[in-house]
Amino acid sequence: MSDSTPHGFHSTGAEGPAIGQDEWVARHAEVRLLPARLAPLEQRLRAVPWWAWLTLFVGAFCLFPIVEPSGYVRQVAFLTVLYMLLALGLNVVVGWGGLLDLGYVAFYGIGAYAYALLDSPHYGIHLPTVVSIPVVVVIGALAGLVLGLPSWRLTGDYLAIVTLFFLQLFQTVTTNWQNVTGGPFGILNIDPFGLPGGHKLATAHGGVFAVSYLYVALAIFVVVFVALRLLNNSRTGRAWRSLREDPLAAEAMGMPVNWLKLLAFASGAAVAALTGTLNAALYGNVFPLSFYFVTLITIYTMVILGGSGNQAGVVLGALIVSPLLEVLRDADKSRVLFFVALGGGLAFLGRRNRRIAMVAGATLVFGFVVHAIARAIDGGWVAGQPGAGGFAQLVDHWVIAPEHPARWIAPVAYVGVIAAALLCTVLSGIVRDIATVPTIYLGAFVWENVMLSKPDPARYIVLGLILIVLMVLRPNGLLGERRVEIV
Amino acid sequence: MDLLELDGVSLSFGGLKVVDELDLHVKEGEIVSVIGPNGAGKTTLFNLITGIYQPHTGDIRFDGQSIVGLEPHQICCRGISRTFQTLRLFLNMSVKENVMAACYGHTKAGIIRSMLRTPGMRREEREIEELARKRLSFFGQRLMGYRWEQPAYSLSYANRRRLEIARATATNPRLLLLDEPAAGMNPSETHEITELIGQLRNEGGYTILVIEHDMHVVEGISDRVVALDHGIKIAEGSFEHVATNAKVVEAYLGLNTMSSK
Repeated sequence: MSDSTPHGFHSTGAEGPAIGQDEWVARHAEVRLLPARLAPLEQRLRAVPWWAWLTLFVGAFCLFPIVEPSGYVRQVAFLTVLYMLLALGLNVVVGWGGLLDLGYVAFYGIGAYAYALLDSPHYGIHLPTVVSIPVVVVIGALAGLVLGLPSWRLTGDYLAIVTLFFLQLFQTVTTNWQNVTGGPFGILNIDPFGLPGGHKLATAHGGVFAVSYLYVALAIFVVVFVALRLLNNSRTGRAWRSLREDPLAAEAMGMPVNWLKLLAFASGAAVAALTGTLNAALYGNVFPLSFYFVTLITIYTMVILGGSGNQAGVVLGALIVSPLLEVLRDADKSRVLFFVALGGGLAFLGRRNRRIAMVAGATLVFGFVVHAIARAIDGGWVAGQPGAGGFAQLVDHWVIAPEHPARWIAPVAYVGVIAAALLCTVLSGIVRDIATVPTIYLGAFVWENVMLSKPDPARYIVLGLILIVLMVLRPNGLLGERRVEIV
Repeated sequence: MDLLELDGVSLSFGGLKVVDELDLHVKEGEIVSVIGPNGAGKTTLFNLITGIYQPHTGDIRFDGQSIVGLEPHQICCRGISRTFQTLRLFLNMSVKENVMAACYGHTKAGIIRSMLRTPGMRREEREIEELARKRLSFFGQRLMGYRWEQPAYSLSYANRRRLEIARATATNPRLLLLDEPAAGMNPSETHEITELIGQLRNEGGYTILVIEHDMHVVEGISDRVVALDHGIKIAEGSFEHVATNAKVVEAYLGLNTMSSK
C-alpha cells in the first residue's frame, strides 16, 4: 500500500517526460495534519463525508445536557452554539468574501434589538415568533446591504475602519437613543420564543436553564451550517471565493463583484441577526455593551484560530474558545489549565530537544529552591491563599505567593516578565537557556499573584497568548486550508 | 461586419496620452496581433475594451453596439473575455472551480435555489461541470485527471497560463483577448501555444486579439498585425508588411543616428 501514491502521480509517466508536467509541485501541495505514521488514519478520517461529521457532532451535543444536568454547563453550551452561529456568519464575509468586516457584531446587536422591540412590553408589541424571526433576519440582511455599500470603493484596512465606525455608531445610538433602545439600561422582559399554539418556550425550569433553548439553537445551527455549505458549493459560493482571490479577475470573468460583496455582507448579517434573536429570547434583555468590541474580538479569534474559510474550522474555533473563556473565569480551573499547558508544552518540546528538557527540569528545581529559600527567610512570603484541590497545594509549594503582596509587586512583576521574555529573544546559546529558567518562573509568579486575582482581563490575555502561539505554529488556523499569498 | 470596432479612442493619465485616437477593427473569425515596445499602450487597450478603463473620447462597439460605459462583467457577458499578462488566477481554488467560477455570467441559480438544491440548479451544476471538463480537455491531459481537484497554486507556470485561457473560454465568449500568452514559456511551450491559438480559432470558433512580444508566435498566428507606439497606431497589415515597416523598426530599435548622419 505504501508505495502506491494516492492520486496516481505515476500513472501519467507512461507518456514519457512531457513539458509542463509538475508532479513534484502537486506532491508538495499534499498537506498533512498528522505525522507521517498516522497518514492511513488521516486518509480514513478525510474520507468520512461532512454530513457524517455533522451528525456525529450534533448527536453528541444533544446527549450532552442529558449527561450533564448542571444549568451552568447547559448555559455555557448554549452560548457556545451562539458563538458557533456567529462564527459561521462571519466566515461568509471574511473567510469566503475576503471582506474585513469589523462591524459584524452590530448585526448581532441589530438582531437582538429588533427582536426585543417586536416582542416585549417596551412598545407592547408581541409578534408571534414565526413572524418576528423572519422579519428580524430580513432587517439584519438589509442592514448588511447598507454596510456593504462602502465596500464598493474600499478594500482591506480602509473597509475595516469604516465598518468599525459602523459598530461604534450602533453603540452610540443604542446607548443614547433612550426612547427607542432604552439607553444603557437596555430593554427588559423580552418574550421568550413562542410555539405556534400560543405556548411559550420557558427559558428556565425550576430555576435551571431550560434544555429546549439549547435544542432550538442547535437546530438553527444545523440549518445554517447546511445551507451555507450548499451555498458555498454553488455558483454564488464560487463567485465569493473568486472575489476573495482576485476581485479584478472575477469582474473580468463576468461576476458582478459589487453585487456579490453586498450579498456576502447581507448573508453574514442575516446569520448574525438570527443569532441575536436567540440571545434576546433566552436572556430576556438586551444591553448595548453586549454587542461591542469584546464580542467582536472573541468571534474573530474563533474564526482565525479555527481556520478562516473552513466551516468546520470556525465551528471548532468557537467550540474551543467559548468554553475556554468560561473555564478561565474560575481561578482553580484556570490554574490547572495554565500549569498543565505550561508543563505539557515544555514536555512536548523537550521530548525531541534535550536543551528544552533541561530548561524544564531546571525550572522545576529552581522553583522549589526559591520557594525553600523564601520560606526560610520569611514565612509570610509563601503564605498566600492557595486555591482548593490537591493541584493548588502542589503549585503552592513551588511558586512564591506572598500573604500580603506589596502594591508595587504586581506592576513590577508584570513589566519584568515581559522585559525578561523580550530579553530571551535577543540572547542566544547557553545564556538564553539560563535566562529562560527565571523567566518562566517569573511568568508563573505573575500568573499566580497578579492574573489569577483579576480573572476577567487575565482570560483575554491568555486567549491572546494562545492565539499568538497558534498563529506561529499554524498560520492558517487549526483546520484552515493551506493558503498562498496573492500578490 | 466587424465584430469589434474602435473609433478614435483616446485615454490619458494626467498629461500622458496612453492611447491616442486609435482606430481598430477586428472581423469575426480573425486573429489580430497587437505588437509594440513596452509602454506602447497595448495592455491599456485591452483594459479599455474590457471596461476596466473608460475612454475619454471615441467609441468602442462590439457586434454593432457601443460597450462604452458598461461594467466589466456586463462586457464579459456580451461575449468578450480575456487573460492577463500577470497571471490572475483564483489561486486558492481548485482547477475545476477556477473554470466553473467563470460560468457565473451564463448561469442563473440564485441563493435560495442553491441552498435548496432544486433540480434545475443541479442540472445547471452538471452542465457547467461538463463545460469545465470540455474547456480543460482542450489542453489534453495537462489540466485533467488528478489536477482537476488540485488548487491552482500547485500548477506550474505554463499550466497556469493554460488554465487562464481555459477560464477565459468558460465565459462562452465570441472575442478572446490574450495578453502575452507565451510570456515566460520555453521554446517548445511557445510552439505549442502558437498551435493552440490557431486551434482556438478553428475549433473553438473564437475571434482572437492577442498581444505578443515573441515575433515567431506573431508570425505563426496572425492574420493581421497592428503595431502601437506611444498609444498611436504606427503600422497595420500583414506580418511581413509590419515587420519591415521603418517606423516599427525605429520604435523597437531606436533611430539609426549613425547612418542618418
